[in-house]
Amino acid sequence: MKKWGLYLSLLIFALILTACGEPYLSTLKPAGEVAERQFNLLLLSTGVMTLVIVVVVIIYVIVLIRFRRKKGEEDKIPEQVEGSHKLEIIWTIIPIILILILAVPTVAETFNLGDVSERDKVDKDGNRENLVINVRASLYWWEFEYPDQGIVTSQDLVVPTDEKIYFNLIASDVKHAFWIPAIGGKIDTNTDNENSFYLVFDGEKADEAGNIFYGKCAELCGPSHAYMDFKVKAVPRAEFDEWVVAMQNFEEPEPQTAVAQQGKEIFENSCIGCHAVSAENSMPAEARIAPNLADFGNRTRVAGILPYTKENIKEWIQNPGDIKPGNLMYDSANFSEEELDALAEYLMSLKAQE
Amino acid sequence: MSTIAVRKSFLSTVWEYLTTVDHKKIAHLYLGAGGFFFLLGGLEALFIRIQLMKPQNNFVNEQLFNELMTMHGTTMIFLAAMPLLFAYMNAVVPLQIGARDVAFPFLNALGFWLFFWGGIFLNLSWFLGGAPDAGWTSYASLSLASEGHGIDFYTLGIQISGFGTLMSGINFLATIITMRAPGMSFMRMPLFTWTTFIASSLILMAFPPLTISVFYLIFDRLFNSAIFDVTLGGNTIIWEHFFWIFGHPEVYILILPAFGIFSEIIPTFSRKRLFGYSSMVFATILIGFLGFMVWAHHMFTTGLGNVANAIFAVATMAIAVPTGIKIFNWLLTMWGGSIKITVPMIWALGFIPSFVMGGVTGVMQGIAPLDYQLHDTYFIVAHFHYVIIGGVVFAIFAAAHFYWPKMFGKMLSEKLGYVTFAFFFVGFHMTFFVQHFLGLMGMPRRVATFLPGQGLDLYNFISSLGAILMTIGVIVLLVNIVITSMSKQQVANDPWGDGRTIEWALPSPPPYYNFKQLPLVRGQDTWWLEKMEGNKELPPAEPLQDIHMPKGSILPFFIALGLFIAGFGAMYNPLNQVGDGHPMGTVVLIFGLAMTFGTMLLRSLRDDLGYYIPKEELEDDDAKGGKVS
Repeated sequence: MKKWGLYLSLLIFALILTACGEPYLSTLKPAGEVAERQFNLLLLSTGVMTLVIVVVVIIYVIVLIRFRRKKGEEDKIPEQVEGSHKLEIIWTIIPIILILILAVPTVAETFNLGDVSERDKVDKDGNRENLVINVRASLYWWEFEYPDQGIVTSQDLVVPTDEKIYFNLIASDVKHAFWIPAIGGKIDTNTDNENSFYLVFDGEKADEAGNIFYGKCAELCGPSHAYMDFKVKAVPRAEFDEWVVAMQNFEEPEPQTAVAQQGKEIFENSCIGCHAVSAENSMPAEARIAPNLADFGNRTRVAGILPYTKENIKEWIQNPGDIKPGNLMYDSANFSEEELDALAEYLMSLKAQE
Repeated sequence: MSTIAVRKSFLSTVWEYLTTVDHKKIAHLYLGAGGFFFLLGGLEALFIRIQLMKPQNNFVNEQLFNELMTMHGTTMIFLAAMPLLFAYMNAVVPLQIGARDVAFPFLNALGFWLFFWGGIFLNLSWFLGGAPDAGWTSYASLSLASEGHGIDFYTLGIQISGFGTLMSGINFLATIITMRAPGMSFMRMPLFTWTTFIASSLILMAFPPLTISVFYLIFDRLFNSAIFDVTLGGNTIIWEHFFWIFGHPEVYILILPAFGIFSEIIPTFSRKRLFGYSSMVFATILIGFLGFMVWAHHMFTTGLGNVANAIFAVATMAIAVPTGIKIFNWLLTMWGGSIKITVPMIWALGFIPSFVMGGVTGVMQGIAPLDYQLHDTYFIVAHFHYVIIGGVVFAIFAAAHFYWPKMFGKMLSEKLGYVTFAFFFVGFHMTFFVQHFLGLMGMPRRVATFLPGQGLDLYNFISSLGAILMTIGVIVLLVNIVITSMSKQQVANDPWGDGRTIEWALPSPPPYYNFKQLPLVRGQDTWWLEKMEGNKELPPAEPLQDIHMPKGSILPFFIALGLFIAGFGAMYNPLNQVGDGHPMGTVVLIFGLAMTFGTMLLRSLRDDLGYYIPKEELEDDDAKGGKVS
């Protein structure tokens, strides 16, 4: 019996040890200041709570071993104890102390993590000191606007590492929530008002995670809620600056092949009404009704979830309703195989950087 | 010949239940209907877990998944857990306080039929174009965007059954305040009665916000108002506030009666009075009070601001104190006792560690900055299933075994009871323990599927296996119920031998008038007190006299049916958002409302003075051994 319990606790311990998840996704492998602070709170509270569980379990086990009704005691009437003021005061006071221990860092961190007062701080030239990104969530895609850089992208968020980045978030149709588990907790994108918070991407941890973090929608938003993923490319500041310049100077490349030329023509007939292919944010947010495809050639995924292959791009263009049911593009199209090839080739050629 | 006789008695039984105002029969109705919805909600849960057994599974499509997930939550909370608890409240509370019935027997029946028709209405959505799909929380931006009539089934169904719940709550408040037997002071009331009392006052205060906000949503979707429509100047956050001002007390409405049930079972099978009775009462009241102060902890990520988040975080953590008091009081009740392991007791013993697990993760989520990570992930799914299954469902199963003899005169099989416990308990921990880690590893809740390569496959698989074990446990319980119902046994007044409260002094099941003479209550644990002094029955507080009884009535059935019909009228009215309205909708709406209010008028105009059971008949019962059909 005792051995069995030992094996069980070993098994549970082993399960817990393996339960850390992937470095690009798990909150248990924090890769930034915010997630780190939240992880510390997790450790502190788990410690305190384990203490509580251990105390309860010890009393519980003693009770079960010592006070089971034994043979020959069928008629025994135990003493009817009314209570004990001393004990009751003890188990009121001790939990209060434990909660105070938790409450102090809770309040402190609430104010720390919610502090966005530096967001709009400007240097003497009137330029904002920190990077600000406007996030707009729509069924079922994400738009990232860099207001000070004058560029817009979607689905792949590109950020510099090791600095505070401020986010302003809003939803354009129904409520979503913006969450990059390894980097920090989520915040809702409301339909009513803008929310703000900040995140920090740790350079070293980003390297370990392959420079890509997974982002998720955490608020039920319809049939394709599970597919409303985005990816974060966390790169050093210099690399980020290069990307910004490339995006700012991005001009639609002249198609190199006849196929791509055909793709461009189809695109301009069928797609350009909703999808922009320029990274410049000259249009107001309400007019940006579909993902911006400026840097599409460098995307990490198709539609945020599928591996980036030509086949998947074609599949997405033809049958988006099968991949993300309820999406607002269309359920299915009937492009010919040739047209799909042309569109895919054209889209894959849209690169701001090689 | 004989088949006709059986048939007739079957129909007369049906009629009896349709018209009954007897709290014991209404308890049977609640148990039956609540049990049915519990199985339905369980089946939905099983489908959810099968779908999530492996990545990119295709067992159900995304839309159907959202419907299953929504209906699982809604059904379990509104149509299974609460009605099943109402079943035990109805069966036991009037007996525990020494009353012949509840304060308003007619209202009691009306409450049941409203719940019943509301539940049927909600579930008919499966056959009429699709179930609601915006989660049981039905957040306004998504529920306004939802296509079809699913959300309308949700709002109207919840509204109808919510009326019933509100009435039942008011009824229990009135009953407990006014109908206690002589000597049954508040501080002598058994804990189950106390928790029913506090839960009922929570119902009284928490359901009106739900009623109002659900009406708003009905108006928005069916009559073109724009209370939650942001594009027309509405606001969706207000729905979140309203919903959780109801929704948080709601979880205490569920858990407090569960605490009450365990506070009956643990002393009984420890043969020892409840340790720290007054602090248990005080903790119950405090939990009920604090339950209204913490709703915004469901909205930490909504962006309410640092001050609101910090205040609600600390308030939330404070609830751990009275809850901790309860846990230690139960442990100390067993300390020094003479613990007999029975099926109800094994559920109670399973409850303590399970619920503590759920409680501590609750405190962790109360830490607002940490909750930014935990909110809307599988961590919270694990947490609330630990408290609702580990607390409420365990209590429902424990009470089923504990009170079955009192309700039906038969004992459920102990052996099968242990089998159910083993499967369900192991399955429960297997399903939900790993979900904590799924959440921490980055899995959001309410996802119809998950992609491979995210390190989530193994734990989801384990979790689904656990769900299958739980299913086996429930099937064994059903078999147990069927076998027991077919057996011919008749248990005595106090079948567990160690009953402490008044209900165990009565025959099993009690006669329809409960008490020939109302009992005189000489102290807490009334029946135990008398037993210890060698008394075979409770001392009477009144001479044997005629008993006034309420008459049965079919009217509650029709009042509720009228609202059920009106619901369809409202849904298909010409103004509705979906655009499939029909002028006949308005006619049906008016017809349904006319039926409800007409029946109410009928009830008001026709005096129903009830009837008397003559003294002689009661004496005659004595000769037959106190058994009354």
